[in-house]
Amino acid sequence: MKFDQPAGQNAIDQLKVVGKPIDRIDGPLKTTGQALYAYERHDVQARPAYGYILGSTIAKGRIRRLRTDRARSAPGVLAVVTAENAGTVGKGNFNTAKLLGGPEIQHYHQAVAVVVAETFEQARSAAQLVEVDYVKAKGAFDLAEAKAGAGDPKGGPEQSSTGDFAGAFASAPVTLDETYSTPDQSHAMMEPHATLASWEGDKLTLWTSNQMIAWSKGDIARTFGIPPENVRLDSPYIGGGFGGKLFIRSDAVMAALASKASGRPVKVALQRPLVINNTTHRPATIQRIRIGAARDGRITAIGHESWNGDLEGGSTEVATQQTKLLYAGANRMTSQKLAVLDLPEGNAMRAPGEAPGLMALEIAMDEMAEKLNMDPVEFRVLNDTQVDPEKPERPFSTRQFVACLRTGAERFGWSRRNPTPASVRDGRWLIGLGMAAGFRNNIVMKSGARVRLDGQGVVTVETDMTDIGTGTYTIIAQTAAETLGIPVERVVVKLGDSDFPAAAGSGGQWGANSSTAGVYAACMKLREQIVQTLGYPADASFTGGRVRAGRRNVTLASLASNGPLVAEDFIEFGNLGEKFQQSTFAGHFVEVAVDSFTGETRIRRMLAVCAAGRILNPKTARSQVIGAMTMGVGGALMEELAVDTRHGFFVNHDLAGYEVPVHADIPHQDVIFLDEVDDKSSPMKAKGIGELGLCGVGAAVANAVYNATGVRIRDYPLTLDKYLDRLPAIA
Amino acid sequence: MRPFSYERATTPAAAALAARARPGAKFIAGGTNLLDLMKLQIETPAHLIDVGPLGLDRIEETPEGGLRIGALVSNSDLAGDARVRRDYGVLSRALLAGASGQLRNKATTGGNLLQRTRCPYFYDTAQACNKREPGSGCAAIGGFSRQLAVIGVSDHCIATHPSDMAVAMRVLDAQVETVNAAGETRAIPMAEFHRLPEDRPHIDTVLPPGDLITAVTLPRPIGGTHVYRKVRDRASYAFAVVSVAAVLQRDGTGRVAFGGLAHKPWRVEAAEAALPQGAKAVAAIALAGARPTHENAFKVTLAERTLAAVISDARG
Repeated sequence: MKFDQPAGQNAIDQLKVVGKPIDRIDGPLKTTGQALYAYERHDVQARPAYGYILGSTIAKGRIRRLRTDRARSAPGVLAVVTAENAGTVGKGNFNTAKLLGGPEIQHYHQAVAVVVAETFEQARSAAQLVEVDYVKAKGAFDLAEAKAGAGDPKGGPEQSSTGDFAGAFASAPVTLDETYSTPDQSHAMMEPHATLASWEGDKLTLWTSNQMIAWSKGDIARTFGIPPENVRLDSPYIGGGFGGKLFIRSDAVMAALASKASGRPVKVALQRPLVINNTTHRPATIQRIRIGAARDGRITAIGHESWNGDLEGGSTEVATQQTKLLYAGANRMTSQKLAVLDLPEGNAMRAPGEAPGLMALEIAMDEMAEKLNMDPVEFRVLNDTQVDPEKPERPFSTRQFVACLRTGAERFGWSRRNPTPASVRDGRWLIGLGMAAGFRNNIVMKSGARVRLDGQGVVTVETDMTDIGTGTYTIIAQTAAETLGIPVERVVVKLGDSDFPAAAGSGGQWGANSSTAGVYAACMKLREQIVQTLGYPADASFTGGRVRAGRRNVTLASLASNGPLVAEDFIEFGNLGEKFQQSTFAGHFVEVAVDSFTGETRIRRMLAVCAAGRILNPKTARSQVIGAMTMGVGGALMEELAVDTRHGFFVNHDLAGYEVPVHADIPHQDVIFLDEVDDKSSPMKAKGIGELGLCGVGAAVANAVYNATGVRIRDYPLTLDKYLDRLPAIA
Repeated sequence: MRPFSYERATTPAAAALAARARPGAKFIAGGTNLLDLMKLQIETPAHLIDVGPLGLDRIEETPEGGLRIGALVSNSDLAGDARVRRDYGVLSRALLAGASGQLRNKATTGGNLLQRTRCPYFYDTAQACNKREPGSGCAAIGGFSRQLAVIGVSDHCIATHPSDMAVAMRVLDAQVETVNAAGETRAIPMAEFHRLPEDRPHIDTVLPPGDLITAVTLPRPIGGTHVYRKVRDRASYAFAVVSVAAVLQRDGTGRVAFGGLAHKPWRVEAAEAALPQGAKAVAAIALAGARPTHENAFKVTLAERTLAAVISDARG
């Protein structure tokens, strides 16, 4: 099905199943431990061998000598694989550094060996017996130092310019020119990267934990130089990904090598320090923002520059993305520069681009509102735009930004905020309110599915789409149930297997809208087949488990009494995304309390008002947004990978040292979805929602801390050491 | 984890004897810290002596009117004991500020005192650490040191002791009872139990190798308002950036110990005389000679301000 015209009335609009807050259909499996994750696939391999990865202990340089004889002779050891005996190991398109290092070392904890043994304990113990003699080379590990030498990324300059930014900024009566920073951050998903690998002849099967099955199948084939049809990935359950599992990582490659070398199925899970230093992370950014405005608050000039580092050949963190689209203003510029750093590779994490970009931009907007003596909500409302400010001929498909802000302000009690910082107390606590815009672009991706109707009237949906804890199983079941007119209990959803039709996968908040649209397409194809076979008119209805046309009707089950009916299709998207800018919007509101003695910041309450197209399931969507808001709190207050700039690694490489919020940090959270259908997005008329819940939250917290304390912090996270000496004097 | 042999001890003295017979042996109780360290090969005992069967899990009143806490009393049971809650509130609060419910159920009183530092360089076996590998150097000095010690440090180590419980016990003048292989018992004041790193940071305490902690005794209650204030970057399940254990009397006198600042619970009795003058006066004496790093200099200010919060709260 090609989607190149705005959606008209369709089966989804019935909203008998779609749009209902249905419990997760996979919930009971997860709460009773029956959902099998990659490292627990006893169902497919009863007695695998265990692999344990040894990571490099230098950040840059090479291996002079590597000795494995002691490890090989350790009890239970079946094989030790290193670059010396692994054969040719290439690199996937989505990887920057090689997943098996040696002799050249590209980053700390790059895999240099995998030890395979009968038990996990034997493999782990023997890995300590691998002797590696490294020659260290000098590396660059400090973004602030490397920034001066930053240049354009490999694909050419990433910049935009509209009007005369320099002139307009210079002549603006009210201006802001500030620099902000965000630190390196780790996905910190609960389930570490893990893979169970098995070869049968030249065919490789990986039971793994991966967000993007088709991308990763291709990259496995590329890495090992084998045809893609010889690779199968299976990833039905994923214990969180957050962008860290968009690509194959060393667990998959090393498990496959280990299985080949040992002749056994082998499973490998990354130990927590390797999750942090061996895989990807969100790179730190330094961002300069300049805003010029007329005295009435209208923005006349807006400029956003961002710098980050990555390994040679890496990519930018597109922190300027939202600044191209969020606010009006005739004169604009953005620029992204990339420095070469020898830290582990940077890549997508939890709303790449907008998440760190809004952390900076939305503090700047708060500062600018104060300079203008305007309310922060009113300042944003005044600068709303209904068209792409760089290309005014492109309207937004839907844009309820102002409604998000107005609704949020009313529901949160924004009018009770005292605009004078450090003026509200509750005992020893300094109380502050802050808000920020939420913005995340809506991406659509081609997505396929297969549906099968059986003689019991049960419809099975098969697609390689993944559920990373987001609710995909449930919304796909709702989509099929709605389209075919059956209860959701009559739908079976099978996900994550590369033998199924390729889907959008989970990333960039594109999964829900795109993958359900693919399922809708397959269901509509099935409907066509059925109607044609029956000779019913094209407008036959599918309700109550029956196909109906006039007085005629027949059960779906009876149609498959002689064998299942199968239909497969995909949704692909035309150029509506070029004609219309598709984005999602939110207003984030936060109340904080800052201890006037110790500077500890505790969130008191949060509200997100979201406008993101049709909400397919308000319950799973709400859970997505609440989780995202929690990530926003983490980014604002605690999450930071500490860089050792001498040795080039992230020091706090476990979940004791890399802190994310705990339950006690998360207070009252509220989420409101505005009514919206976007007929330009897909037949589902839905958009992404998961990442929107995060984008802007960090700045809302930072602005609340400023309102509470009068101390403006522009460097995340806002840990107490950054403002302790500027808190009110104590008795 | 290296292969190890294992035995279950029958009496405290027999356990100490068994440890003497096997140099490099370790006692194991709850194992909440030791097992993690063994998995990472930071600790590599060839032999484990499980002291679980020894009993030592009772809290008894002493003839002096204090409490004798068996070394195997769990952190949860100790925090929940009615006498502890009534007379030694600072101890109960310190325990509940630490770890998680699951860990407190498993962790023991003796084990809590003997837990190792959480310095990240101690935990990364690729990095130099004099505590883990004497003579290898200290990667934390000049590295990521925000969490680390500001006082009592040496050029060899800037690690902190991570316990909350120990800080409260220090302020309560507890004593650590031990037994050795000869069956001799000792009572070591908390003030002396943990060492400063000096040039031998691999030795955390004055407990000789093989000696076993059997109990911790608390002197008779001293009344007063008991406060344990733990400052951390998130609200739960984090080690202290700074903590303050205090017992404050109505007349303004009292006792104060700090956690998160040093290789041991940090208490300077001479500073306590300044309590009636307020936090600044106490901190000026207690933290004189602090040698923080650039990254953790804020801890000196934070300690003073946390103490001020404690005094303010106690005075209501």
